[in-house]
Amino acid sequence: MSGKNNTNEVHARKKIKMLNIAPYLFTLPFVLHFIIFFAYPIISTFWTSLCQQKGFAPPFFAGFANYKLLFDDYFKMACANSAIYTFFTCLILIPLPLLLATLVNSGLVAKADLLKSAMFVPALTSVVMAGLFFKYAFSSNPTAIMNAFIGVLGIAPQGWLEKRLTSWIVLVIFCCWKWMGVNMVYYLSALQMVPPELYEAAELDGANAWQRFINITVPGVRPTIIYVLTISIYGGFSMFAEAFTLFNSARTPGDIGATIVSYIYAQGFNRNNFGLASAAGISLLAAVMIINVIQLKLTGSLGKEQD
Amino acid sequence: MTKKKIILSILATLVIAIFAVVALMPFFFLLISSFKPGSEMIRNGLQFKFDFQNYSLVNYALIKTERDGIYLRWYLNSIIIMVLQVASGLFLASIVGYGLAKYKFKGRDFMFILVLMVMMVPVEILILPLYKEMNSLNLIDTYWGVILPFLVPATGVFFFRQFASGLPSEIMESGRIDGCGEFGIFFKLMMPLMLPAYGAMTILLSMGSWNAMVWPMIVLRTTEMQTLPIGLQSLLTPYGNNYDLLLSGAVMSVLPIMIIFALNQKTFIAGMAAGSVKG
Repeated sequence: MSGKNNTNEVHARKKIKMLNIAPYLFTLPFVLHFIIFFAYPIISTFWTSLCQQKGFAPPFFAGFANYKLLFDDYFKMACANSAIYTFFTCLILIPLPLLLATLVNSGLVAKADLLKSAMFVPALTSVVMAGLFFKYAFSSNPTAIMNAFIGVLGIAPQGWLEKRLTSWIVLVIFCCWKWMGVNMVYYLSALQMVPPELYEAAELDGANAWQRFINITVPGVRPTIIYVLTISIYGGFSMFAEAFTLFNSARTPGDIGATIVSYIYAQGFNRNNFGLASAAGISLLAAVMIINVIQLKLTGSLGKEQD
Repeated sequence: MTKKKIILSILATLVIAIFAVVALMPFFFLLISSFKPGSEMIRNGLQFKFDFQNYSLVNYALIKTERDGIYLRWYLNSIIIMVLQVASGLFLASIVGYGLAKYKFKGRDFMFILVLMVMMVPVEILILPLYKEMNSLNLIDTYWGVILPFLVPATGVFFFRQFASGLPSEIMESGRIDGCGEFGIFFKLMMPLMLPAYGAMTILLSMGSWNAMVWPMIVLRTTEMQTLPIGLQSLLTPYGNNYDLLLSGAVMSVLPIMIIFALNQKTFIAGMAAGSVKG
């Protein structure tokens, strides 16, 4: 009798112990992964950024020499490109998909499911295929799609990817084309959680569609707006593949397509200048972190994440 | 329906339809171009011109014949990497996200902040040290070299955590009373409830893996090991005439991801809704 009781007790204690250990076992993969593939590389990048190192030769400490070297014209150009690109993509990709999502959600759109899926398709395509289209749709040839289109509007044909301003336009259009549908889906899923009674009440109070959008929809999906803004800033500053496919190299003629990441790539892998590349990487990390913290502060959502 | 509403409905549909058409335009034009010699597109750019009598499937034959079927080799590499990456990513991210959402334990909030941090740091700044790491592990030019650094995707952890937070904890309690272990509860009771999240995450992770460019380009050095995006990009050189395969190859490369999207589409919005940010 007492033996059986004992085993029961041992069993129960084992269970409680398991209950305490289980969460650590569940989360162990992330912790290991974090240490090996995140913390260590970041620390290593920071250390390398303070060293002179060419290729796999042993590094030696050089203080902030790399950071001083970093501020050459090419890097400044790359930073300016990344910043301007990020700014304009955010300017379009935050409000427009929300308007479209609201429209889709209003029930006025026929075949909404089909159109929604069609709009999501760009996100599924590889940047290589999309780059191929944008490169040759924006070809300098006067009869190419884009030049033909602006020709109808009476504008002279452009060498789109040969000038800085027009290259930006192409890159921003490229990005908006790719992410419009994704952001719309984010907003659509957020809109499901805005209580419909609010709209009905506002309608009874005589609020028009625009007023309802500003006073109910926007506050209702605020967390998602912040989320989309955060990933857009992240995506904008780490943009590389789009420019790489359009200009087909990490370095472009006149550096018009240079981004911070293409600078890292060119210094690290084409020139084996790991120290300088790491300094650029740490600068990028600092920039993204600072902008995101400012952004989260301004929108007042810092510290609310645990809810 | 009132007259006003019908007009509004037509207008709304038109606006969304225009965006949908623009979204699909690149496929349409590349598909059309793939029936013509690639050099034509390189020389003249993409054009609004359809001369159907000149179309042929010659470019598609190159998929099997060019350089002993190198394209199919890239396809295989991409599929192997995607299957391994998505399967491990789904499993590991869901188990971690579930653990973070459903248990109270010391260090939980700190761990969640680490997850957010990983999400916010651009992977691109890690490519140099990760390359050195893979080099010392002898994983350069292998599938595992591509997969390992992203084995536990932080976005996936975040997503599953958000999703699992919304699931009733009473189920776990009743599982315990029925004598289930903690892992049994996860596999037998909670996993089935997380199916919409798995559907949405399958799409997002497959997209990321199938179209990944920067990291695979660094790890995979030999032509035989390359994935589709890198292989196709390598055809876009001014040397040699590979443009024909480039076009048909680009068109064929979207098939698997479209199939995955079509299969998981139903659970996609529902899964996104429950798993995306709240509060």
